[in-house]
Amino acid sequence: MTDIAIIGCGIVGAATAYELSRYNLDIVVIEKENDIAMGATKANSAIIHAGYDPSPGTLMAKLDVKGVLLAKELCSKLDVPHRHCGAFVLALSEEETTVVQYLYKQALENGVTGVEVLSREEVLRLEPNISDNVVAALHAPTAMIIDPWEYTLALAETAVRNGAHLKLNCAVTGIDIIDGGYRVLTTQGSLETRAIINAAGLYADDIHNMVAEPLFTITPAKGEYWLLDKSEGTRVNSVLFQCPTKVGKGVLVTPTVHGNLLVGPGNILADDRDDVSTTADELEFVKKTAVRSVPDIDFSTVIRSFSGNRAHTEIDDFIINEVKPGFIDLAGIKSPGLTAAPAIAKMAVEMLGENVLKLTEKKHFIDTRKRTRFNKLTPDEKSALIEEDPSYGHVICRCETVTEGEILEALNSPIPPHTIDGVKRRVGAGMGRCQSGFCGPRILELLAKHYNCDPTEVLQDRVGTYVLTSRTKEDEK
Amino acid sequence: MKNNYDLIVIGGGPAGIAAALSAWEKGLREILIIERDKELGGILNQCIHTGFGLEYFKEELTGPEYAWRFIKMLEDTAIEVLTDTMALKVTKDMQVHMSGKEAGFAILSAKSIIMATGCRERARGALGIAGTRPSGVITAGAAQRYVNMEGYMPGTNIVIIGSGDVGLIMARRMTLEGAKVHAVVEILPHPGGLLRNVSQCLNDFDIPLLLSHTVIDVQGRKRVESVVVSKVDENKKAIPGTEKVYKCDTVLLSAGLIPENELAKADGIEIDGKNKNIKTSAPGIFICGNALHVHDIVDNVTREAIETGDAAASFCAKSQNPCRNDVIYPKPR
Ligand SMILES: Cc1cc2nc3c(=O)[nH]c(=O)nc-3n(C[C@H](O)[C@H](O)[C@H](O)COP(=O)(O)OP(=O)(O)OC[C@H]3O[C@@H](n4cnc5c(N)ncnc54)[C@H](O)[C@@H]3O)c2cc1C
Ligand SMILES: Cc1cc2nc3c(=O)[nH]c(=O)nc-3n(C[C@H](O)[C@H](O)[C@H](O)COP(=O)(O)OP(=O)(O)OC[C@H]3O[C@@H](n4cnc5c(N)ncnc54)[C@H](O)[C@@H]3O)c2cc1C
Repeated sequence: MTDIAIIGCGIVGAATAYELSRYNLDIVVIEKENDIAMGATKANSAIIHAGYDPSPGTLMAKLDVKGVLLAKELCSKLDVPHRHCGAFVLALSEEETTVVQYLYKQALENGVTGVEVLSREEVLRLEPNISDNVVAALHAPTAMIIDPWEYTLALAETAVRNGAHLKLNCAVTGIDIIDGGYRVLTTQGSLETRAIINAAGLYADDIHNMVAEPLFTITPAKGEYWLLDKSEGTRVNSVLFQCPTKVGKGVLVTPTVHGNLLVGPGNILADDRDDVSTTADELEFVKKTAVRSVPDIDFSTVIRSFSGNRAHTEIDDFIINEVKPGFIDLAGIKSPGLTAAPAIAKMAVEMLGENVLKLTEKKHFIDTRKRTRFNKLTPDEKSALIEEDPSYGHVICRCETVTEGEILEALNSPIPPHTIDGVKRRVGAGMGRCQSGFCGPRILELLAKHYNCDPTEVLQDRVGTYVLTSRTKEDEK
Repeated sequence: MKNNYDLIVIGGGPAGIAAALSAWEKGLREILIIERDKELGGILNQCIHTGFGLEYFKEELTGPEYAWRFIKMLEDTAIEVLTDTMALKVTKDMQVHMSGKEAGFAILSAKSIIMATGCRERARGALGIAGTRPSGVITAGAAQRYVNMEGYMPGTNIVIIGSGDVGLIMARRMTLEGAKVHAVVEILPHPGGLLRNVSQCLNDFDIPLLLSHTVIDVQGRKRVESVVVSKVDENKKAIPGTEKVYKCDTVLLSAGLIPENELAKADGIEIDGKNKNIKTSAPGIFICGNALHVHDIVDNVTREAIETGDAAASFCAKSQNPCRNDVIYPKPR
């Protein structure tokens, strides 16, 4: 019997695995997709929210503010790209200044540090490209931007290096309550465990219902985005929100840690949890709304549009409960879930430690991580690295300057990529302005070689996303 | 390899080679071509169809044949060539940062620099087509590379978005390989590519060209399953009620080529592609071929490149400035 099974490897599952891997425990992380973080964690605004937004007293408020501090520490410890850029909430009319004042008070109540209300002149000095209509703004300097995907990878990878097991392509299909724990039925057989963490994101209600009476229902709330070229990446310096409305934090404009500009999201309640398609109407809405705060965004430089689904429930807070002894729901983790994740994880571990698991710390917990980023090295470092291993001299992705050495490094890491997009998420190859037109075929070749498979077997992304269909006539012969 | 050159040419496609040759003829002796691919020739290496060189050689050659003639000419010179090497950075003060498996990392100085880095294809994101994001949506040039150079088919039932030359050539190529091309969808009222390609690649194979049409939706969660095609009005807006679904497993994009000139722009060097100006805002740095503006016909690329090589040679002749000598790379091994 293992000690604990974590269902789902998004940011919440990964953070929990990391936090638990400090202790002498047998940990299994079960993920239905062929890579980690394929749900909400893959497609969001990538912001570590300062914490002025959630209502005081909620779990969201408490864990958000705590999460900011933890994120800061984790990002530097585990080599996760992040930038302390701060955020503004813009009042674009006189009426909206009351909202800004309200958020300011709420921020203080939630314990957010450094917040202030800035005048029109002060805002325009810091952000010269925002709309002339700006009247005032809330400034929250503790907000950060990060790479949510690498954040999740760093946490999951560290957990694996500390002994946790990750099972990919493994969907939980049922749970039996047994003596002293649970039997988890999966598409790869069953396993017995003392405790379970339900971190299944959009499917957390289904997992909950496998052991208990229904308590909540998840409705996906879709958000669509535009991602713009690096030539637009300096249009703004920080995260620019509009005043929140009933339906959410509204459309924001932000730089990304990779130097692009991100514009979105909208907010539409949907019924299909797996539907992350974009629609022309919604993308148009996002565009129209964004230019209210930043009028001159050059949308001709768009390189990609995408969407993600929030795990919306009827309860206006995170759902963190020990439903049955040793079975913990981490459900309804909508925004600011990315921010709060490490704090959510700590809370879950505390709950488990109370009566289900004995928590003794490992003597040699690995708590650092480093990966090569060729593009960021100095000439001296580049030169030395290539001298040592020439594959770092071979640039595969020219838009983002990613080398063969970095791709091989990822392929030999604790959670290696199996797909072209898996490589992209880990090292950034194919993320740039040509969107892998040039490096896609080369990455496919590297994957086929590494896994010793036929190129027609290499996948773009999820199961079923094949790239090539057969050999050409000539080459068949 | 030296630290200093009279001329460094970035890109070894038809533009880069012709420019280097012309500078050699004008008397420059220390010339280096940096090419990131395994071989010289650029995009021509994957253009195995004929239609190259009608003007320059008065013969109809394939892309690789056309390239080969110029590569041969290099043999009679002492122009240095570094393949498998990528230029990472070009600066106004005439330095080129480069990196390669064999060559290692280096910062070189030059009296003159020619950017001949070609162009890239507009990808799906830039076209802003809504829908799902399945596999099977690739640019026509990437498909051309898979078919002609790697020997693999990227699909069997195809819709092509955009009627640029690469798309037209690929419509024929995929058909000859046994795939079914259901339609070429063009948003403008006229084809984007050369008329001779419309006739030889589409009409001869009964492939429908849908002018004033666009794709408004891509469907399929894993692999593409279909696209929705709609007629557009004069303002390129889809006309409701004209939608038609095409089943397909592959969408090829041939909707525009974009000069690849970010290498120069990164250091604030300005380029005037509209006026086809081979000079950049930085004295001594020139640009030609598809990196400057997109050319339909390679013979025109060659002509422009010869002129650019000339210009670089006369710049060096006039310039009193010696090369910077404070360069530390490559480190002596
Ligand atoms: C549009 C949008 C913008 C957002 N912006 C921000 C932001 O800027 N800042 C912020 O803090 N938060 C933001 N959020 C919220 C944040 O993204 C989420 O709270 C967070 O990613 C949730 O993580 P998770 O691990 O709970 O869920 P997920 O990332 O969805 O992970 C759940 C995992 O469980 C797996 N799974 C599901 N069912 C099963 C099963 N039966 N068996 C095995 N595995 C299963 C899934 O495959 C998935 O990998 C945003 C969300 C969205 C959608
Ligand atoms: C599919 C297709 C069909 C065509 N058909 C015809 C035809 O039938 N007849 C005709 O006359 N013309 C045709 N053309 C047009 C003609 O081939 C092109 O205009 C011509 O090849 C452009 O030459 P170039 O040297 O500017 O660019 P390219 O051939 O693209 O060469 C650029 C070179 O620069 C290299 N490079 C780029 N960046 C770097 C870097 N940072 N460091 C090092 N190296 C770098 C690239 O690897 C490449 O080798 C066709 C073009 C295409 C794409």
